[in-house]
Amino acid sequence: MAGTATNTAEHQDDHVPSFFVRWFFSTNHKDIGTLYLVFAILAGVIGGAMSGLIRMELMDPGVTFLTSFTDQNLPEAAQLDAAKNFYNVLITYHGLIMIFFMVMPALIGGFGNWFVPLMIGAPDMAFPRMNNISFWLYGASALLLTLSYFAPGYGEQLGFGGGWVLYPPLSTENITGPSMDLLILSLHLAGASSILGAINFITTIFNMRAPGMTLHKMPLFAWSILITAFLLVLSLPVLAGGITMLLTDRMFNTAFFDWTAGGDPILFQHLFWFFGHPEVYILILPGFGIISHIVSTFSKKPIFGYLGMAYAMVAIGFVGFIVWAHHMYTVGMSVNMKAYFTAATLVIAVPTGIKVFSWIATMWGGSVEFKIPMLWAIGFIFLFTIGGVTGVVLANAGIDHALHDTYYVVAHFHYVLSLGAVFAIFAAWYYWFEKMFGIKYNVFFAGAHFWLMFIGVNIIFMPQHFLGLQGMPRRYVDFPEAFALWNHVSTWGYLITVIGVLAFFVGIVASVLQRRKGVANPWGEGATTLEWTLPSPPPFHSFNELPKIK
Amino acid sequence: MKVSKNTKTALTVGLVVAGMVGMSFAAVPLYRIFCQVTGFGGTTQRAEFASDIVLDRKITVRFDSSTAPGLPWKFKPGQISEEINIGQSALAYYTAENLSDELIIGTATYNVVPNKAGLYFRKIECFCFTEQVLEPGEKAELPMTFFIDPDIVNDRNLDDVTTITISYSFARNEAAEAEYYAALDEGVLSDRPKPEAQGGN
Repeated sequence: MAGTATNTAEHQDDHVPSFFVRWFFSTNHKDIGTLYLVFAILAGVIGGAMSGLIRMELMDPGVTFLTSFTDQNLPEAAQLDAAKNFYNVLITYHGLIMIFFMVMPALIGGFGNWFVPLMIGAPDMAFPRMNNISFWLYGASALLLTLSYFAPGYGEQLGFGGGWVLYPPLSTENITGPSMDLLILSLHLAGASSILGAINFITTIFNMRAPGMTLHKMPLFAWSILITAFLLVLSLPVLAGGITMLLTDRMFNTAFFDWTAGGDPILFQHLFWFFGHPEVYILILPGFGIISHIVSTFSKKPIFGYLGMAYAMVAIGFVGFIVWAHHMYTVGMSVNMKAYFTAATLVIAVPTGIKVFSWIATMWGGSVEFKIPMLWAIGFIFLFTIGGVTGVVLANAGIDHALHDTYYVVAHFHYVLSLGAVFAIFAAWYYWFEKMFGIKYNVFFAGAHFWLMFIGVNIIFMPQHFLGLQGMPRRYVDFPEAFALWNHVSTWGYLITVIGVLAFFVGIVASVLQRRKGVANPWGEGATTLEWTLPSPPPFHSFNELPKIK
Repeated sequence: MKVSKNTKTALTVGLVVAGMVGMSFAAVPLYRIFCQVTGFGGTTQRAEFASDIVLDRKITVRFDSSTAPGLPWKFKPGQISEEINIGQSALAYYTAENLSDELIIGTATYNVVPNKAGLYFRKIECFCFTEQVLEPGEKAELPMTFFIDPDIVNDRNLDDVTTITISYSFARNEAAEAEYYAALDEGVLSDRPKPEAQGGN
């Protein structure tokens, strides 16, 4: 099929399968990437709506809002109990959906599938059919999660409300209904999907780079996905093992985590966080890759310290595996263990600092253009750095004893994930919008989206630092009057953010209606990676003739 | 040629996945061994014989007790604390009383605070080494003998330790009860009175 690279998808009817075959049996990395993005947007809407219910409930003291979702025929006390359970279920599923069904599918499944093959000059992923299985396992996983949400958990109450960390004994003895079992199976499938995806990425990146593209010439986004894939392969099986033990404790009378029969509930926390800490780097590393491309493109300079940037990610990935117990400082560790985990955690600030300063050094002296993707990227750097600084605070075991499970922690991880990873996703969305869909995005709504969201999320999460320092614990449906002000402000921030997200959707509709035809490279000389050498949108089959890299 | 290379990479990574799953299950016995060897989390040690060295330095040992939900036992230490010399063998009692009208088997788990003292708290005999059977209404004195390992003076980390609290938690051992009743039905334990026959207190 030589020469097809110059044609666009529309002119290749003989190669593009029918609608059903194209989108349901898809083996094309671009189509699967698009499917993942659609999936992530849907999950993001659901997870975002859940956070809305949480924030509306927390707007004022007292359990007042969620009771309007309970059975009004019940006595008041029963309604209150149902509302409290609903709150616990909401925070649990908000976390799980945003992590497993929004950020991961968007960054790894979506942008990873779309652009890793394009950037390394490969015709497709190494195992296209496995790629399809990965996506549809996600579908099955989402289905099980939905069933779990509507199945009895705590007594007759629906859903599992023990928090996304699934700690026993809440997840073993206290939740008797099938909700937890369905949830475990859902995570098994999501894990299997991600592992298959990771195997696919590793194989593709190791074996299918265009001639001349050595690992040390590979674009940073491909590097970030490669490292992320390794983290997935090493950490997800441990989660799978841990939740399998939960399942057998629940169903088959084992006692891995039941102390009354010789088990140890703390072991679950070790297994969970051995997965959980690398997981947060899985969520952010692809974002690091994306931001490097955008900063370099709009500064019209190659990224500062390319090799340092690549190996900083390797270092973050490696150190990410040996710091897990900093999530568990309060379980009763010895002083020496706390000293080790504090020191190891602080070390992560070094490679992360290398990345932040290299982004700034890339902009330094560059001819910086503040196009929409660049706004998101700078927003990312600013907000991620704030989250990183509070992370350094929390890394200290002594301070963490006071701040553990307070809103300070909530603010910290939302600054790095909700404002970090999500900003990276939107940055990538606008950076590659024209490339993926062949039309230009609507600049007005994209700008409104950025500014509303930037202001909104800061108003949500900055006050939560204050609440945490005042001692407000997380995971509670209610709070005393003393915390009322900043909770109120935080909820107003949510409302601003919602308008920002509306601008995102209106922007999509507007750009589809306008249909301004995209060009191969809208960003000019700064955009140097291979995807910009293809037309927008790229042809259905690209790089059948491998590009040569000098 | 290319296909086989890809398959090889995929299989290698697949092996890593399988290895990590195996490691997560291996973590269960490894974690137990790790706790036993290092005294992590205040895991106490066992000793066959009493110590032949007794030092002048004294340590206060405090006794704590609790029961898991679902175990209708009253379980209390016979003494609040004991002051002993390091290396000296000491005897302590707990009392347990079955408040229900059925036979109940319980197993105790234990640890010490501060956690770092677990490595030097050595038990020679303990009711926690075996299952405890209490007939309906039965009250029993449960003994333990222990000593503080004289090696404690060589560990600078433990120089600040003047008090060690040992805590026992009893939980109902339903598996052992099931075995007991099965043995009863088979007539193996026919010489013991049927728990129902014993009645209440």
